[in-house]
Amino acid sequence: MRTVGGIVIAALLISASVVLATEIPLPERRSGFSFMGSATQAMQNDDTSNPGMLWVLDGETLWNSKAGAASKACADCHNDARSSMKGVAAHYPAFDNSLGRPVNLEQRINRCRTTHQQATPLAYESKELLALTAFVARQSVGMPVMTEADPRLGPFVDKGRELYMQRQGQLNLGCTNCHDDNWDKRLAGSPITQGHPTGYPLYRLEWQSLGSLQRRLRACITGIRAQPYIYGAPELVELELYLMSRARGMPIETPGVRP
Amino acid sequence: MRKHEQSTRRRFLSLAGSATVVGSIQLVCLRAADATPATLASSIRNVVGPAPVRTGKISLEVPPLVENGNTVPMTVSVTSPMTSDDYVKSIHVFNEKNPQPNVANFYLSPQAGRAQVSTRIRLADSQKIVAIARLSDGSFWSTSVDVVVTLAACTDEVI
Amino acid sequence: MPSALINVPARAKRGDVIEIKTLMSHIMETGYRHTASGENVPRDILTSFSCRYNGVEIFRADLFPAIAANPFISFYTVASQSGKFEFEWIGDKGFSETASASITVE
Repeated sequence: MRTVGGIVIAALLISASVVLATEIPLPERRSGFSFMGSATQAMQNDDTSNPGMLWVLDGETLWNSKAGAASKACADCHNDARSSMKGVAAHYPAFDNSLGRPVNLEQRINRCRTTHQQATPLAYESKELLALTAFVARQSVGMPVMTEADPRLGPFVDKGRELYMQRQGQLNLGCTNCHDDNWDKRLAGSPITQGHPTGYPLYRLEWQSLGSLQRRLRACITGIRAQPYIYGAPELVELELYLMSRARGMPIETPGVRP
Repeated sequence: MRKHEQSTRRRFLSLAGSATVVGSIQLVCLRAADATPATLASSIRNVVGPAPVRTGKISLEVPPLVENGNTVPMTVSVTSPMTSDDYVKSIHVFNEKNPQPNVANFYLSPQAGRAQVSTRIRLADSQKIVAIARLSDGSFWSTSVDVVVTLAACTDEVI
Repeated sequence: MPSALINVPARAKRGDVIEIKTLMSHIMETGYRHTASGENVPRDILTSFSCRYNGVEIFRADLFPAIAANPFISFYTVASQSGKFEFEWIGDKGFSETASASITVE
């Protein structure tokens, strides 16, 4: 009886801790930007020396280039991105009606390519897809993240939260163990941030290239010695969705610079 | 593990069955850094020759603690009137522990107005950086800084 | 798609010392990395950068593998006359790119 009682209590405690694990309170939310040294912050702030801007410029060229069998450019339907794409990235990942599930910005761009331009989808982490995503996301810079506003996303945000909380891998760690419980402490000399994806796609000094949030998530999952999901996997989109909802109200910083 | 290997910049894990993206290469660890203080000294001698090198006039600005050795902002500046009679002809930057001792050489003209150049460099390990300025009168001036380089906490996957 | 980001003030007063900032997209492969099978990844870097102001070279740089990817180089010059700055990047594998920017000096 005692052991059963013990197990019941343990189960209640575990489930209670999952339910009670709260997000970081709004006044304490800090972008990864605030954890960096001043030199790296300066690199992000100066548009003329932010390496991510190279991709934004390339993206602008691609936006205006005709593509696919339909020989259409993004600009042919969407005109000037500065107005048509303003605020878009702040609402991504977004619910896709035909798929009945959320898609991220990269997937949205590829769906446009295949459906409207009759072009082949761009490979994940390809220079072209990164450039277009960075250019589109850049049009939302400074705007607050409003991703979870759509109620249809509710169940997917919950799935993302579950993925964020679950322990996994050889190191048996969940994202929450570092990014909720230990942010501002250090992991082998590097500060642990709160994990808000407000600057993506961003230029990571470690990559010496612009990269997507999915690339960063796969790297983190590898870091805890778990098998990373493949690019475009629904789990990664759900994680993205949860992370963006967790960052609600924080300003978009694309293209960010991070160590 | 030898001390050298522990200080190499990065270790790429080769993951069996990892998804690769078009054009990517699976990469593994660097070999140990080859440069030594002796190589550094001889590279400096190649530029300076037998002339004496004095300290002063030139300064190096590098963050003392670097967040990522892949991209380290560096500014080198020389106090000089930058007139046609008295100007900085060139600035040479060296490192101590990268595989190769040279970082960059900058060649200025009297019309530069200010002898200051900024760039971003790679540092394989915590080490000394040396900058030497050659003035129009043939004199050489040097400065050096010690930089601490931390490695990324988790190894990144191969894309 | 090589692309360069140049920042030069559009106008300046004669005699002003102006800062010129340049950013060039390039992998700067050091030549010291190896693949999983042990093959060396060959060096592919930018080796030289130069700037001409109305045809006269005002700045030049020799670049080595120790320069970070997507090289950022900033330097100064005295704004002496209206005209054009021409930038050139040269590198391994026959890499050659140019860019230009105009300035009005009053």
